[in-house]
Amino acid sequence: MGRAPPRRRKQVAGAGGGGEGRGGGAAAMGTALDIKIKRANKVYRCGEILSGVVVITSKDTVQHQGISLTMEGSVNLQLSAKSVGVFEAFYNSVKPIQIINSTIEMVKPGKLPSGKTEIPFEFPLHVKGNKVLYETYHGVFVNIQYTLRCDMRRSLLAKDLTKTCEFIIHSLSQKGKLTPSPVDFTITPETLQNVKERASLPKFLIRGHLNSTNCIITQPLTGELVVENAEAPVKSIELQLVRVETCGCAEGYARDATEIQNIQIADGDVCRGLPIPIYMVFPRLFTCPTLETTNFKVEFEVNIVVLLHDDHLITENFPLKLCRM
Amino acid sequence: FTLTAQFKSFICLVKLPFLLCDYLYAYILTLQSCFLRHARSRNYVSESDVCKLESVPLDFGDYHPLKPITVTESKTKKMSRKGSTSSTSSSSSSSMMDPLSSVLDGTDPLSLFAAAADPVITTATMDNTRKKRDKDDSSAVGSDFEPWSSKRGEILARYTTTEKLSINLYMGSEKGKATATGSAVSEKVRTRLEELDDLEEGSQKELLNLTQQDYMNRIEELNQSLKDAWSSDQKVKALKIVIQCSKLLSDTTVIQFYPSKFVLITDILDTFGKLVYERILSMCMDNRVSLSDNFSPENVNDTAKETCLNWFFKIASIRELIPRFYVEAAILKCNKFLSKTGISECLPRLTSMIRGIGDPLVAVFARAYLCRVGMEVAPQLKESLNKNFFDFLLTFKQIHGDTVQNQLIVQCVEIPLYLTLYSPAIDWILQCIAYRAPEVLLTEMMERCKKLGNNALLLNSVMSAFRAEFIAARSMDFICMIKECDESGFPKHLLFRSLGLNLALADPPENDRLQILNEAWKVITKLKNPQDYINCAEVWVEYTCRHFKKREVNTVLADIIKHMTPDRAFEDAYPQLQSIIQKVITYIYDFSLLFSVEKFLPFLDMFQKENVRVEVCKCIMESFIKHQQESTKDPVILNALLHICKTMHDSVNALTLEDEKRMLAALINGFIKMVSFGRDFEQQLSFYVEARSMFCNLEPVLVQLIHSVNQLAMETRKVMKGNHSRKTAAFVRACVAFCFITIPSLSSIFTRLNLYLHSGQVALANQCLSQADAFFKAAVSLVPEVPKMISIDGKMRPSDAFLLEFLCNFFSTLLVVPDHPEQGVLFLVRGLLNVIQDYTWEDNSDDKVRIYTNVLHLLSAMTQETYIYHVDKVDSNDTLYGGDSKFLAEINKLCETVIAQILDHLKTLGKEETLKRQSQLALYLFNTILAHGDLRNNKLNQLSVNLWNLAQKHGFADTKTMVKTLEYIRRRSKQPEMSHFADLALRLPLQSRT
Repeated sequence: MGRAPPRRRKQVAGAGGGGEGRGGGAAAMGTALDIKIKRANKVYRCGEILSGVVVITSKDTVQHQGISLTMEGSVNLQLSAKSVGVFEAFYNSVKPIQIINSTIEMVKPGKLPSGKTEIPFEFPLHVKGNKVLYETYHGVFVNIQYTLRCDMRRSLLAKDLTKTCEFIIHSLSQKGKLTPSPVDFTITPETLQNVKERASLPKFLIRGHLNSTNCIITQPLTGELVVENAEAPVKSIELQLVRVETCGCAEGYARDATEIQNIQIADGDVCRGLPIPIYMVFPRLFTCPTLETTNFKVEFEVNIVVLLHDDHLITENFPLKLCRM
Repeated sequence: FTLTAQFKSFICLVKLPFLLCDYLYAYILTLQSCFLRHARSRNYVSESDVCKLESVPLDFGDYHPLKPITVTESKTKKMSRKGSTSSTSSSSSSSMMDPLSSVLDGTDPLSLFAAAADPVITTATMDNTRKKRDKDDSSAVGSDFEPWSSKRGEILARYTTTEKLSINLYMGSEKGKATATGSAVSEKVRTRLEELDDLEEGSQKELLNLTQQDYMNRIEELNQSLKDAWSSDQKVKALKIVIQCSKLLSDTTVIQFYPSKFVLITDILDTFGKLVYERILSMCMDNRVSLSDNFSPENVNDTAKETCLNWFFKIASIRELIPRFYVEAAILKCNKFLSKTGISECLPRLTSMIRGIGDPLVAVFARAYLCRVGMEVAPQLKESLNKNFFDFLLTFKQIHGDTVQNQLIVQCVEIPLYLTLYSPAIDWILQCIAYRAPEVLLTEMMERCKKLGNNALLLNSVMSAFRAEFIAARSMDFICMIKECDESGFPKHLLFRSLGLNLALADPPENDRLQILNEAWKVITKLKNPQDYINCAEVWVEYTCRHFKKREVNTVLADIIKHMTPDRAFEDAYPQLQSIIQKVITYIYDFSLLFSVEKFLPFLDMFQKENVRVEVCKCIMESFIKHQQESTKDPVILNALLHICKTMHDSVNALTLEDEKRMLAALINGFIKMVSFGRDFEQQLSFYVEARSMFCNLEPVLVQLIHSVNQLAMETRKVMKGNHSRKTAAFVRACVAFCFITIPSLSSIFTRLNLYLHSGQVALANQCLSQADAFFKAAVSLVPEVPKMISIDGKMRPSDAFLLEFLCNFFSTLLVVPDHPEQGVLFLVRGLLNVIQDYTWEDNSDDKVRIYTNVLHLLSAMTQETYIYHVDKVDSNDTLYGGDSKFLAEINKLCETVIAQILDHLKTLGKEETLKRQSQLALYLFNTILAHGDLRNNKLNQLSVNLWNLAQKHGFADTKTMVKTLEYIRRRSKQPEMSHFADLALRLPLQSRT
């Protein structure tokens, strides 16, 4: 006899501690519903076939009014409070854009035997018309998400059972070869903008380069940075990954830049003249290939932030272009 | 000593449980004889010829039960002993691996439980498992690589602080609270989790003002909560704990504690790395078959790979540099699941990542950790080890930069002290690099170090990490470099110490040796601080002893005395001084040479604290006993060692433990045994007299002295071939007198009794009759004082067995002791019997009767024309009385009294609960009569039949024994003059058991 796993697990989006957060399931009266996607990493591309099984475990036979499985993919846009007022942001979220939606009836109303029942399914991942399967992306104002939802309808006495499960879409490799676009940079008090009293700044010279601002999303951002000299001791050097989301709406559009992550590459007063590696892995789910559509845009930038001991903050910004090869 | 041998066999016989089998029985009979009026007279010589055990040639071959079993024999060889194959093979396999030790190897479930309960033990078991793991892992790099585990204890002991420490933990702020519900989590774990609630997310905790011990406990708690979190499936929390812990490594307040902090925290990281690795490995289990050790990534299933990737993504997003580095390094091994080249790509990246760490101390320890993990996971990847070291050299100038200097001023830490903090890390890195590295590389490394200014720190690490042979060969270069070093930097005495350590292991070129010593000592002798001085000198003494003679060793010792005496500096340096003595006696174990080193004894005088002094004395004596092959009479050695032994002896007081006393006594005894003046017996005796006066508080020594003096007397006898001259007779009497007056000072009553007996025997053997009498009288009068219970090894035990043994032994001796002309017949035997009669025996014991029965043996032997044994040149009673009838009558009277006593006792045993004892005693007496009585006498014959019946009467007799006895009687009856046994046999019914 199967048993419903009685544990509740915390789901950390994307990179849960150890990625073992799957499983669980809707449990009611000893009946559990679960969706198992065939690929362990749940990653699929357009044109492939999403396959897996729905697993129903129960101690007794299960009476039901039919089991259906729905695949959905949509873009959710949210207007930031900054660009439109708080209330409008609350009410006027833009209508989700549906990318893909299909439902299949898996089992006709009837009975399922006790124990574990596995029902396999397959969804071909095709889009209609000129729609595109955008890559899964979890942002602040833009969310692109794909889910599978399994519904078991039951009689009036028993609650309906539902189980949803996210799967991940990676966009197709871009054609053509990526041309690396290395950038050299030099930061001195003179290169800085919006400085009030340039005279009070300590002297410093920071040189470096990024190997490319055209990045493959699966490869880390790399480069080097040398503190040639700095009068004030260095406190910290950080790489700040920023998402720039643009939503189009009736009144115009809103563009917001927010931090995704901040990676420290130097801690303390580093050795002068010694190249420090710039290295950052792009986080999964929170980044996607740079995207530009009629309704919204998702772009990325990186800031190199140098913090001096006298609390001077020096930032150098580099727009990135992410792609998947 | 043939005499003693005889006595001994006699004791055995008397003690043997009779009637083992007739074989033994016959043997017993050969030695004893008849008694009573109608005692059987016997010819001992012919009997012993007949009944002597047939000597069987023993085949010692290759088999001995005590020999360790080796599996040399196998199918090819025909087995001479059947059935031993299986046992040999099975036990041989177990001899390879001690089952006990393998059980105790950290996996013992009890200690695991204890570990969960007790943080103190946790450290111990952790150490165990860590050691085990280190052992396993280092097997990849070979056992000649000194593992980290052996370093960590040293570091923890060396880098300590009295300042207050703080821990600042901030447990992330991710949403959602991990709850540990579910039936799987035991109640105990849950309560512990509640206790650890303050570690939950979003909480910030700052612990201030911790002492070093508190700090270590806290870290241990964190380690425990990491394991708890992991086992209760809270992987995210576990990761957070690890991140918080590694964050502590970026904190350099209380900088002198930093190396120890590093040790503690990397322990946690190691635990974490292991947990993650094993978790992923367990996910790779396919049909319960786990992966082999060197699996390739293709064999890893998708789920495991995905989990592994998740860990790396999670770690890559850690904001701060230092935690990100440490946690990634901790799970470096997991790269094996993802790709073959993972580790070799990761190591260089992590290496260059360290460049971002600004604080040079923090950075160098990070490098040490990376090298440590690297050596463990991929020892073949030497490149990144070298890269780490070169990177360190690039940042070397930072140490003298403003940031570091300012920090030191704030913390009030001197530069030399600060520099020593680097040593563990640099030592480790260099050790990894130097491991099995070609000479060229080492030379290159050295050249690079030379080029840097103020390189003493590096020089020191080079010396501690590189092969001793490498260093020793370049000793002169190193001395030059050390001399050139800046005075204000790394402490010079440490440099010389490191060099000395190398020279103790490997030999420098022959020609340089003296110059090296001179150059080094020139610097060492100038050291002002006694501690610095002695730390250096301790190391260099070994070099001196190894390569030089007495003169140099003497000079060095003299110099040490000169340095350590002012202000009683030696008081703080006992461990080092002790180790110096150890080293000297390891190399100079010829004691006549050792004591001719003039400064050796003055050196010993520096040990003024008594327990240290005694420890040192013990070491010297141990070495003496171990190395001295021949006995000695060298007055220098004797004087010195007597002095040393006296010191040990004088340390004994009322509080000294028994064990300690025993040990000291054993050492002194070992010395006494090694002293011999050859044929100068008088000198020998006066040495013993002197020793007695010196070591009067240690009883075992006195006992040894008595034995030695007795031996001396017997030696004398041997030299004189038994005929003492007037002079030797007087000397022997002096020996006897020595024993006589020494014995009463002993406290153990049985020691006294046995020594009286033994010395009496010696006196007898040396024809000192009146002295022997005195010993025996003393023994007789001591018997009533024997307590019923005596303490053996701290436990109270009944003394009767010992008393019985002693008395039997005593009676055997009394057979040959001639009567004193002025005392009555058998004065001593009577005296002893009286004492036995009056002694208060245990109420329900038959010992008295057993002794009486044994006395019958003696009495029957006394009636013989010629006694079974004699003492050479001493006329025993057989010659004195010549079988006089009055004498025989006296003996018979005694016999009757004794038998009457025995029969009386048998009667009192008529009660229900004592019937078994009655049966046994009756049979015992029966056997005695059978062996020693003349059964042609009717009365005796009847008595024996009665005893036979009594023994069987209540069914307590052992049928087998009875049958055997009867068989024996029948067999005996076939021998000449034994026909009456046939009649006897007919009169002895066998009771069938119903």
